[in-house]
Amino acid sequence: RAFSSPPFPQVVPGADPARTQLCFEWGPAEMLLCETLFGRRGAERPGTPGGSAGPALTGRVVAGGGDGGPGPSCVFVVRKDQDVYMETLRKLFNESHGIFVGLQRCEEEQSARARNAQLVQVSKNYRSVIRACMEDMHQAAISARDPALHSQYSIQVSILSAMELIWNLCEILFVEAAPAGPLLLCLLDWVQLHICDVDNMVREVLSSENPSKHKLFWNVVDIFVLQGRMDEARHLLSKEASANPTSMNMYKVLDDLMKKMPVPSLGNTQTLTEMELKWQHWHEECQRYLQDGTFASSSHMESICKILLGDENAILEKKELMTTWYHFLVTRLLYSHPTVKPMELRFYAQARNIIIMDMFLGEESSPEPLDTILMAAFEFELHQVIKECSIALSNWWFVAHLTDLLDHCKLLQSHNLYFGSNMREFLLLEYASGLFSHHSLWQLGVDYFDHCPEYGRVYLELHIERIPLTTEQKALKVLRICEQRQMHEQVRSICKIMAMKALRNNRLGSALSWSIRAKDAAFATLISDRFLKDYCERGCFSDLDLIDNLGPSMLLSDRLTFLGKYREFHRLYGEKRFSEAARLLLMLMTAHIAPCSFWMTLLTDALPLLEQKEVIFSAEQTYELMRCLEDLTAGKLDKQKLQDDDVETVKVEMLRLALARNLARVIVKEGTLEGS
Amino acid sequence: AMEEVCARFVSQKISKARWRPLPAAVLQPPDLFATGSWDNEDNRISIWSVGDVGNAGLNGEYQGEPQLLCDIRHNGDVMDMQFLDQERIVVASSTGSVTIFRHHQNNQTLSASHQWENAHYHADQYTACGGAACTGVICSNPEIVTVGEDGRINLFRADQKDAVRTIDNADSSTLRAVTFLRTTEILTVNSIGQLKIWDFKQQRNEPAQIFSLTGDRVPLHCVDRHPNQQHIVATGGQDGMLSIWDIRQGTMPVSLLNAHEAEMWEVHFHPSNPDHLFTCSEDGSLWHWDTSTDISEKPSFLHQGGRSTAYISHSTINQSVVSAWLSNDPTKDRMEITNLIPNQTLSVNTLDVLGPCLVYGTDAEAIYVNRQLFA
Repeated sequence: RAFSSPPFPQVVPGADPARTQLCFEWGPAEMLLCETLFGRRGAERPGTPGGSAGPALTGRVVAGGGDGGPGPSCVFVVRKDQDVYMETLRKLFNESHGIFVGLQRCEEEQSARARNAQLVQVSKNYRSVIRACMEDMHQAAISARDPALHSQYSIQVSILSAMELIWNLCEILFVEAAPAGPLLLCLLDWVQLHICDVDNMVREVLSSENPSKHKLFWNVVDIFVLQGRMDEARHLLSKEASANPTSMNMYKVLDDLMKKMPVPSLGNTQTLTEMELKWQHWHEECQRYLQDGTFASSSHMESICKILLGDENAILEKKELMTTWYHFLVTRLLYSHPTVKPMELRFYAQARNIIIMDMFLGEESSPEPLDTILMAAFEFELHQVIKECSIALSNWWFVAHLTDLLDHCKLLQSHNLYFGSNMREFLLLEYASGLFSHHSLWQLGVDYFDHCPEYGRVYLELHIERIPLTTEQKALKVLRICEQRQMHEQVRSICKIMAMKALRNNRLGSALSWSIRAKDAAFATLISDRFLKDYCERGCFSDLDLIDNLGPSMLLSDRLTFLGKYREFHRLYGEKRFSEAARLLLMLMTAHIAPCSFWMTLLTDALPLLEQKEVIFSAEQTYELMRCLEDLTAGKLDKQKLQDDDVETVKVEMLRLALARNLARVIVKEGTLEGS
Repeated sequence: AMEEVCARFVSQKISKARWRPLPAAVLQPPDLFATGSWDNEDNRISIWSVGDVGNAGLNGEYQGEPQLLCDIRHNGDVMDMQFLDQERIVVASSTGSVTIFRHHQNNQTLSASHQWENAHYHADQYTACGGAACTGVICSNPEIVTVGEDGRINLFRADQKDAVRTIDNADSSTLRAVTFLRTTEILTVNSIGQLKIWDFKQQRNEPAQIFSLTGDRVPLHCVDRHPNQQHIVATGGQDGMLSIWDIRQGTMPVSLLNAHEAEMWEVHFHPSNPDHLFTCSEDGSLWHWDTSTDISEKPSFLHQGGRSTAYISHSTINQSVVSAWLSNDPTKDRMEITNLIPNQTLSVNTLDVLGPCLVYGTDAEAIYVNRQLFA
């Protein structure tokens, strides 16, 4: 990967370097790994490959082997982007493709504000696709009867949910770039949306007959307070108050405090200073009530009051209700620094987090990749976020799309990576290459390459040539992609492949139309020769419907022109338009359209015309025919002895005779005409 | 106006979609359609339902997306597909085989009820790799006609094991599509811009008539015949051009209409409302061609929000009958054309219209249903 981290050892299940030496070969999107002959003696045969860790192993071919030999060895196909092959993720790839293309195409809004709204909308669209996919996967997990399949889907659900969590945070911090005040409201929404572990508890209490008597009642009130859901907390508390008249006064005070809590406004209705002033005032009021022991008789209400005051220990006591360190972070910010500025987040996240995180994770476990990624986001370490995601996720989809969006937000300084392009392009190329290695998703990859200015074109050229052309229909689709991008080399290559296939199948007509499409003169000549050879052998043309309809494409190659014209001669002859036929025949030789090897055939074709009752060739034309015949025989004499070939000799003699007779007749005729 | 379109991502590229035909004298809209996929390792024929009455909204309009009823594996890409009757579907495969699938409606399953293996093949019928893609199929129960990349035409009967008639080498180039003209006559289009009529009554293995495009001989990909006026034929070509032919006269198209920017994959006259025509293309668009609108009377049609509407001139070469498609009357000489899919990027491979309903499938692995086509 394009970052300066140490390389990861990747285990290929089934490949055992301890048994045989391995060799490998890089492909465009995958790697071939194979066991060599050079074994290590005494090593045991490996068991069946197990586990799904490491890169995707998508194919294993047993090669070699046989009795007494070194035993069968395996060729492994190792693919980098594993998730491309997840059937259930295809919806994600397809839908996000549409969003991606839309983002590249959409014109930049003039005002910064409108542009920001535009990008936030794009980000939300991406997230809703992730959520929809998650929902489908969830349904699939529920309906899966096979436990292995069920757990596979469940794992995917949690991966998608983590992806959405990270994306949402990046959207708040980087895309929307909410200012102080609204920032905290966004973070609260983020926590509410993603901390779902407690939802069941809330539902259970709320649906019970008498919520205030429920043993989890105070837990739910605390959850609402911790998530800043004041109205819901107050509503629940009112039930307790009405059931417990003795604590009425205490309740009223707490309710009033909660009601009065200043909230940052989303619009511009109050300045930050106003908000801070109000906050200070409210904070002091809370402090007063706590100190004068108003809540002394209820530990529950007292602890809520402490939370409102931002007391870290009081909040930490509710650790189980928050489940994650980032919930704690947001809650603490809500009650101690509600007007936190984006750039100050780094401080609050860093300063105490190592300790706090440890508390949430338990002492022995180290932070999960998700924790590291979220932490990097809070610290505004964009590159770190992308790097960690690249390592943790088994797909390029996430980082490629997120990086592209952040790049559109102009957040990534375009520092070039060592291979000469920037990070956005690098990741898009990797993702699109993965798509291209898939038998069906390759079509999506094209648009991604299109939007990689540096290397997209080269990648597309290399990948598109490797698409198997199973039907003409598919070839036409590939061809269309190439033609739209003026990839002449690839157009030629595809047409040639199709023409060769057709030729192998004896479909000369198809072969010719493919070479005409590629404007491949050499190949058109080759096929024309096949047609002429067939004619010489069989004495009739095949595929007349094509040859008669060549039209302007006849001019593609000399041989094709000849083929078309020669066929035209036959048609004229068949229609008994002899003089036109004769003129055309002669022209084919004198204008050197016909290949020399074909002249004898043409001269032989002239025989029946010479033998017609009425004279067809004029004297001048007859002389020309004679010269053609002499040129041909003279040329042949140099190379081979004519008398070797009896048939040929007879033919020449017959022609000479016919020509002489015709000349005699035409001289008489023309003389008569002139005389009269 | 796009809200009435329901979409569903299906995790396979869709090559064909067909409404199940309605029994005679039924006035309800169609409720079932079949799709076929291509380019997958595991291609499928699927049956979808759209007309679940239980899910109808307040105004009786259906909101949900198409629901999968059943599916079955299909060997090779689905190249073409036609319903033979209410229960049976004939499917053309890239492997060269032609299969009849039966949809069992009592238990919602699909099964292959008959197959002609290697109906289309190159040179040797019995070698494994000799299959040639079957590119088109058309049914008129019990008759089934197929065409293929091998230039062959087969006439099958649903109840007979062997082909009733085979014309080897009927075409020197690839036959791309086929449709019935009359009971014993069919129309084929090929990759060198020709439209041919074949008559099975004649024993000769030659076309009864050949029509062709002039100029560059652009390959033709699809063909449909006007449901009432059988002499009017529409074809779509590689350059996205729509050609209208009057097969009673001439050998060239009556009119050429500029439409799509890439291959036109399908063209369909509306079966009961043939003033309307639908075409779809590799360029990701789906056009609705409407000749029923008299613009001078209905100027309000110009202002439909969100749709790109254009009027173009009908460049008529030849004309004799009063049909909207052949007309060159300058006052009525226009048609309204609407692109039903703005912002689409990948190819729309297939479409089908029946009653007020339109279904189409794309390379973006989605199927779309519009149940209020003329609303």
